[in-house]
Amino acid sequence: MLDEVAIVGVGQTKYERRKIGETFADLVFEVTNKALEDAGITIRDIDNVVTVSNDFQDGRTISSMAVMDACGAFGKNVSTVEGDGTLGALYGLMRVLSGAFETTLVVAHCKCSEGDQDLIWNSAFDPVYYRRLGLEAVSASALQARRYMDKYGVTGEQCALVPVKNHRNARANPWAQEAMDLTVEEVMRSPVLASPLKMLDAAPLSDGACAVIFANRWKAGRMTTKPVWVRGVGHCADAYYLGDRDLAGVDSLTGAAKRAYGLAGIVDPRKEIDVVEVFEAFGYQELMWLEGLGFCDPGQGGVFTAGGNTLMDGPWPVNPSGGVLSAHPGLVAGLVRIAEACLQVRGDAGARQVDGVRTALAHGTNGLCGQGHCVWVLGG
Amino acid sequence: MAQRVAVVGFGQTHHKSNRGDVTGIELINEAVRRALEDAELGPGDIDAVVIGNMDHFENINLADMWGVEGTGGYLKPVMKLTTGGTTGTTVAIAGYYHVASSLFDVVLAVGWEKNSESDTTGGTITAFDPVWERFSFPGALPGLALDAVVYMQKYGVTEKDGARVAVRDRANAARNPYAHLRDPITVDDVLRSPMLSYPIKLLDICPRSDGAAALILAGEEKARKICRQPAWIWSVSVCHNYTYTSDVNFGYLDTLEQACRETYKKAGIKDPGKEIDVIEMYQPCSFAGLSWLEAMGFCGPGEAPGLLWDGATDAGGDLPVNPSGGVLNANPIGATGTIRVGEVARQIQGRAGACQVPEVKTGLATGFGGCYWSDVLLLGNRPR
Amino acid sequence: MSLKAPPELIVFQQMADVPYNWSLGREGSLFLIALRDEKKFLGIKCPSCGKVYVPPRKVCGPCFTANSQWVEVGDEGVVTAFSVVNYRFTDPATGLPREVPYTFAFVRLDGADTKLCHKLAETDPARLKVGMRVKAVFAEQRTGNIEKDVIHFRAVQA
Ligand SMILES: [Zn+2]
Repeated sequence: MLDEVAIVGVGQTKYERRKIGETFADLVFEVTNKALEDAGITIRDIDNVVTVSNDFQDGRTISSMAVMDACGAFGKNVSTVEGDGTLGALYGLMRVLSGAFETTLVVAHCKCSEGDQDLIWNSAFDPVYYRRLGLEAVSASALQARRYMDKYGVTGEQCALVPVKNHRNARANPWAQEAMDLTVEEVMRSPVLASPLKMLDAAPLSDGACAVIFANRWKAGRMTTKPVWVRGVGHCADAYYLGDRDLAGVDSLTGAAKRAYGLAGIVDPRKEIDVVEVFEAFGYQELMWLEGLGFCDPGQGGVFTAGGNTLMDGPWPVNPSGGVLSAHPGLVAGLVRIAEACLQVRGDAGARQVDGVRTALAHGTNGLCGQGHCVWVLGG
Repeated sequence: MAQRVAVVGFGQTHHKSNRGDVTGIELINEAVRRALEDAELGPGDIDAVVIGNMDHFENINLADMWGVEGTGGYLKPVMKLTTGGTTGTTVAIAGYYHVASSLFDVVLAVGWEKNSESDTTGGTITAFDPVWERFSFPGALPGLALDAVVYMQKYGVTEKDGARVAVRDRANAARNPYAHLRDPITVDDVLRSPMLSYPIKLLDICPRSDGAAALILAGEEKARKICRQPAWIWSVSVCHNYTYTSDVNFGYLDTLEQACRETYKKAGIKDPGKEIDVIEMYQPCSFAGLSWLEAMGFCGPGEAPGLLWDGATDAGGDLPVNPSGGVLNANPIGATGTIRVGEVARQIQGRAGACQVPEVKTGLATGFGGCYWSDVLLLGNRPR
Repeated sequence: MSLKAPPELIVFQQMADVPYNWSLGREGSLFLIALRDEKKFLGIKCPSCGKVYVPPRKVCGPCFTANSQWVEVGDEGVVTAFSVVNYRFTDPATGLPREVPYTFAFVRLDGADTKLCHKLAETDPARLKVGMRVKAVFAEQRTGNIEKDVIHFRAVQA
């Protein structure tokens, strides 16, 4: 995919634990305007919209209905993806690639503070065989972390390096919710949520929204920002029942990455990708996702990370924004990865900018324990 | 680069009020297997899956992930979309863009619902604003009734006119083995059925059904290899303007007018009445089958009852509407729009069995839902 | 073991009760505070097209402009649509059947351009008509809740 569709504008809210002063629609209006301003265009330049939301998070059967006004969809072709923001962005991209549209606004919103996260995630489990066990995102991920650590001998200390790094990176990101200096010991001593996962292994809950604008080559050429081209994208889903999967495996991520790399013409991601933004709701996930993305061999995520490879000044900085561990607005989080990767390619990432970025990778997950993945490759 | 897209396969379940014999995943699988058989494809031929329903109707969060075993999406690209009643057309349209983008060549689009698993009115209420609307809002029925009253008063349309629509659709459904309601009815039966919300009586309104439907969409080259007569998608339009139910312009479905106008323009249709051979519309109640035909540009304001009584919209008429029996006789909500697209495709392929109407070259499928939102897809027998 | 048709079909029942804390936002909060403390209805006006929204919302959809100016609207208005609801259904807020009959109506308050959804006191269809004037009946104890602070609207004698 060479110079067909570009990201021409991005906008984010500050991510916070409880945005009591704003409705979903208010957040969508804020980031829509920010993205339009970033692109130097008005809502009249947008010819179609994709919104991203989740009916369980919003407590509404048609969660997109609340934001039709706020995303400027009046009189426009609009649709709604219910899944990670990376998938909403993918649908937005397809609509431009189809030739039917020139400029797509993709906007995702989520307020984790408004619903009961345990019940919402419990509702993603099979109602008959799993739900009554009380499983939700943390306990299911704990099963995965245990299986992964046990299979490959990955240590809790290695996993703890991820929150230490990401919370430190977040200090340079004005939008992040939890920026702090931590030590591995502090992570290891934090209260156990569901063993082996501890409080500081886990992402916070956040309220927020993010918007990304895609444009075709012709329109992108007329925008004020430097276009960031979509080089490749791929998505893939694994089996549903946790018991049907090897939770230490990353088959669906490997599938998604293969597709994205294929489209982008990437043979060796280690040689061709300069910065990575992954969706790591827990520290161990960053290690697993780096394996699935081909930055290290299966089981080597801990050793790879302990070697300093993913630090800001390492060869492959991972989550310079602070990642999902520093702000987790639910299914907005994947779209944030795309926005951050885009800023890195543009050289507009401010204090969190990595030097010399030509190609960036953004990643999102869908479902529990990384059942589904979506991988994006962006370039200047 | 962009490519043309056609429907090359369609499968649906036998829709019923309660499919207690299968789980939702099994119900989905039934439709998917039938679509694959229809296109003579195997699961390995599918490049990507699109699925949609309404979460709170079955209380399953992330139904795309849950449904992987049913759709055959294991280790494939899977995406979920949901837009309320328009979900079924939304997944068809998303399948269209998947292929049109050239990112995928063969895509499966699945709509499904098990309405028996929850209170449909209670579920519908949760589509509306929890603070400002939900405490007083009583579900879909009164809005449709209001829409009908305004139209009837304006043009002197009667309850009998509505009844004639229901009779037509039921007569068509009697020929469709997949329809939920199939026993023929008379105008008197409709008029004597219990009044739910004036002027809508029990036989004027859609049922709640369990069912699933799956479309297989393919790019130009693949489509020609897969089937002899692909049903080409000429143009699609979407108009979802409103946020609150009180914003809706009751009595005239302006979103349908806007979406149709855009669809015709894109496909170069100048006189829809002459150029379109069959219509499958998301017609939630009988009266919508009149005023919405006017919004679609098939006749002037107040003229739909004339077309109806002349028999023009019957299966043997000049402008057959809902030859499948339509939404009044099967309404698995998330699948309802998908079925409309599939039925039009079947008509164009000449494979609609006992429901086939003669000489179909073009057909129109519509979706309705959310806050009086409309989707429109125009299909034809050759690429355009 | 031979597998044959099950002698009965088993259904697994769940009575879900999922709590939510929906924010009203700044505009919704101002509206409900005026209603609670002063028994006043406020509308919010689009600076671009002049439309007055009740209930308030931040954005005028057709203009994509932030609504900015507050205006007081009447506690009386016109019924633009109604339905006497007789069928029973589960109220998603409580999980219990909603009490019927009740009258659902759109009321356009004097000075507003959009309609408020609420209930009417009258449930006899013969005594209801589109275009009738109605007035809000306020609760004695008000908490900032549109459902409870306004008990219903009742007919105003011409
Ligand atoms: Zn305005």
